[in-house]
Formats: sequence, structure tokens, C-alpha cells
Amino acid sequence: MKGGGLRLYAMLYLLFLYAPILLLPVFAFNNATVIAFPLKGFTTEWFSQMVGNAALRKALTNSLVIAVSASILATCLGVFAARASTRFSFPGKGPAMGLIMLPLVLPEIIVAMSLLVVLLAVGVQLSVFTVIIGHTLICMPYAVAILSTAFSSLDKSLEEAAHDLGETKFSAFRLVILPLVMPGIISALLMCFTISLDEFIIAFFLAGNEPTLPTYIFSQLRFPKSIPVIMALGTILVLMSILLLATAEYFRRRGVARTGTQDTGGFL
Amino acid sequence: MATRNAAEAAQGLRLVAPPLTYAVVMLAIPLLTILAYSFFKDGYLTVIREFTLENYRAVWADPIFHKIMTRSLLVAALVTLVTVLLAFPVAYFLSFVVPPSHKALWIFLITIPFWTSYLIRVFLWKVILGYNGVVNSGLKSIGLIDQPLSFLLYNTSSIVMTLAHAYAPFAILPIYVALEKIDRSLLEAGRDLGESRAMTFWRVTLPLAMPGVLAAVLIVFIPTIGDYVTPTLIGGGKIPMIANMIQSQMLDQDNRPMGSALAVTAMLIVAVLSVLFLLLNRRFLRVRQ
Repeated sequence: MKGGGLRLYAMLYLLFLYAPILLLPVFAFNNATVIAFPLKGFTTEWFSQMVGNAALRKALTNSLVIAVSASILATCLGVFAARASTRFSFPGKGPAMGLIMLPLVLPEIIVAMSLLVVLLAVGVQLSVFTVIIGHTLICMPYAVAILSTAFSSLDKSLEEAAHDLGETKFSAFRLVILPLVMPGIISALLMCFTISLDEFIIAFFLAGNEPTLPTYIFSQLRFPKSIPVIMALGTILVLMSILLLATAEYFRRRGVARTGTQDTGGFL
Repeated sequence: MATRNAAEAAQGLRLVAPPLTYAVVMLAIPLLTILAYSFFKDGYLTVIREFTLENYRAVWADPIFHKIMTRSLLVAALVTLVTVLLAFPVAYFLSFVVPPSHKALWIFLITIPFWTSYLIRVFLWKVILGYNGVVNSGLKSIGLIDQPLSFLLYNTSSIVMTLAHAYAPFAILPIYVALEKIDRSLLEAGRDLGESRAMTFWRVTLPLAMPGVLAAVLIVFIPTIGDYVTPTLIGGGKIPMIANMIQSQMLDQDNRPMGSALAVTAMLIVAVLSVLFLLLNRRFLRVRQ
């Protein structure tokens, strides 16, 4: 084994990264209302309380509606941007792509506040819809990043071959390009879904009175009594995120394999 | 050829139009509105469209703003320092030790915690560090302490700890990418010319990795300064950072011009610091990859 010390350090670092997440299931199944050691015993009560909670179900429904809409919108817009930036050169490309990617580096509070001010000024009622607008905006750069990798690994001659064989621009795109970047599209969809499902700041300021899962969790954190249920909910959410991300990663790798390029590893 | 280029450009513009329009309407216009508001007067519940610099004057004269901004900068700087220092060996390990076939798996493992509920992760640090939390009850049950340690939570170091945990992958990935780009034969050359392993690292690897380190610094520093959740939950509301101050001006006190001036000032300070930071380190950015 090479790099013994470094390996040990990397392992400890992973432990540090995972420590809080590993505690979630421990307390979700712990038979005590206070989150503390020593553990009291095994129970599934918090999970059954969670299932029976109407407010939580409402928040879940809202979150799912928002995440599905935002991920589809962001990915569609992302396809345009990624295709334009990888295939064409046009005037103002740098600033245009810069603006599209800006939410990646802008603190979310700034995005949320400025959007809120404008929405209120033009008299839009805050609702699930306004959260979708915000989430689409912050998911778009991630979609563009993933899709750009997918588009840039495309061989331009494939498209030209399709033109030479008599396909129109659109049919060449549909029959040749789209199948090749499909794994990237699915990967971007799943990624945006995960981001939106987990996003708090924008949902907190733009949702009005509509709860989403993170804002519901935030409102419950003040009450020590409801913490165990939140732990149970967190356990489910973490499992779901891991499942979604593993699927996204699977599709990303399939895309890499399909276009026949080297795997450079991971998104971002 | 020129016409072909023009056709290409037109097609590219047509393609980029939908996402660009979205970004302009939902991002550029709101940001410009904030900028405009920051020069307007605040009427009760309305905004008076009259040019004034009063908001900025008030922001700069406000001792609370100075205190909170200094704290935000300090916290963000500490978080960045801790995160990047802790992350560098991991990125180095990933790039130089892990066999290529396992790299994707390692990156996946490192990014997973980042994508799982931010809110719950932050809250779990409160559970870990709290008065009746994991650390305290653990230490008590093995008899190391009689009374819970109260200094663990609601202070700057617990905020730094939580944020350093939250932004860890942000730091690892750019450094890893920079390390991956290093031509391995340069390192061999260093060794062949009689440098020790440590000196090769210091004089070849580190300078070549600097673009990644600089990217990591900015990528961690900028979002941490605007973090809202951690000061709220971990600081217990007693240690507000700039995001909390902006939110309170904008919504609780409904003073949009003042809140806008705060936001613009904070963004300007961050932008100036980032540019200064890049200028100071510009010799590393000229490194030939």
C-alpha cells in the first residue's frame, strides 16, 4: 500500500465528513425524546409519527412539485446553454455564459433577496411557483456544467456525417446528438432534483406561507419535542439523496463510456 | 468563410437566447434593482424614488455593520483557511496515491455528504456540540467531566467548525483538478536533478497546484460570507453574520433601500477582496500547465 500516512488521513477526513450523517439513523431509532447519549433502546415510533404527520405530507408534496418542475426547466435551459457554449462561438459568449453560471458563486441570500424584492415590486403572490423560479435559476449552472461535459465529448464529425447522409439539422440533433448526451441529461435532471429538494434559503424567502421540506424542518428545529421525527425524516432524505446521486453517477459514467472518452471522474 | 462564421454566430446566439433571457430577467434585473434601491429613500412601507447616498453613508457610519462585517470576514477567512489546509492532503492523496480506477469512487464518496440535507447537517453539529449533545453526554458517561462543557456551542469557533465541514468538497475538487493536470515527468525531473522529495513538492508540485488552491479559496470564501443558516442555528441568533443583517433590514424592518445598500456594500467588499487576492497571487496564475 502506497502513501500509508496520507491514506490514514484521508480515511479520518472521510469519517469527519460522514460523522453527522452517521448519527442520523442512530437517533432516528433511539427510544428517547432527547438527542443524547447514552442510547435508550430501539424504536420505530418516530418513523410512524412521521408518516402520520399531515403538515409534513403537505411540505413533501410541495417540495416534490418544486423539485420536479425546477429540474425539468433547469435542464431544458441547460441543454441550450451547454450546446451553444460547446459547439458555437458567438459575440458576447463570455459575459453571457458568465451570467448564466453566476448563481454558482453568488451567495444564495443575495439571489433570494433580490428576486424577492422584484417579485414583490411587480406584485407577484409568493407561492410554490415563485420557489420554482428561484430554484430553476440556481439549478441551471449545475445542469450547464454537467451537460457541457456531455456535449464537449461529442465528436463533431458524427453530426457532419449525419448531414452528409441527408439528415436535416434538427433530425441530426434528435437522432445522433440526443441519444449520445441522454445520460448527461438524466444525470443533470437528477442532480437538479437533488439540489432543489434540499434548498433552503430561496424556499424560505420565496415560498410565502407554503411549506417545503427544508423550511418545515427549519420550523420544527425550535421544538425539542419534534426533533426525533426530524431525525427519522433526515434518515430517509439522506438515503434518498444517496440513491439519486448514485443513479446520476451511473448515468454520467454510461455517457462517458458511450462517447468513448476517458473518465475524468465526478461532476463539478 | 466569413459568412459561415456569421451563420455559426447567429445559430449560437439563437441557442443561448432562452437560458440567457431567463438569467437576465431572473438574475441580472433583480441585482440591478437592488443596486437602484440602494440609492433610493425609504418611505414607510414604500420606496421613494429619489436619488440619495444617505443609505451608504448610514451603512459606513453604523458600528453594528462594522462589527458584523468584520466578524463575517473573519469567520469566512478562518473557514477558508481551515477548509483548504484540511483539504489539500486529501486532494493530493486522490491525485497521487489512489489508482485511476478508484478515483471516481473516492470523489463520489467525498461529494455525497455535500449533497445531503444542508440544514440537517448543520443542525446535527448543534446536536453534537450542544449542552446535552453527543460530545458532552459522551464525555459525561465515561466520567471525564461532571458538568457539560458550555463553550462548545454558540460561539465563533463552532460556526467555523460547522462551515468548514459544509464546504469541504468545494475545496477538495479544484485542488484535485489542478494536481491532476501536473505533468508527472516534471516531478521525476526534479528528483533526478537531486532535489529531495520535500523540496520537489515545495518547488514543483505546490506552485503548479496554486491555481487550484486559489480557486478553492475563492469558492469557499465567497459563499461562506453569505451563509445564513449556520449563524442562525449554531450561533443561536446571538452571533449574526452579514446575511442575517441583510435579511433583518429587508424583511423584519422592511427598509429595502437600507437592506439593498447593505447587500451591495457587502458584495463590493467581497469583490474587492477577491480581486486583491487574485492580484497578489497573480504570479501563480501565469504558471504554464
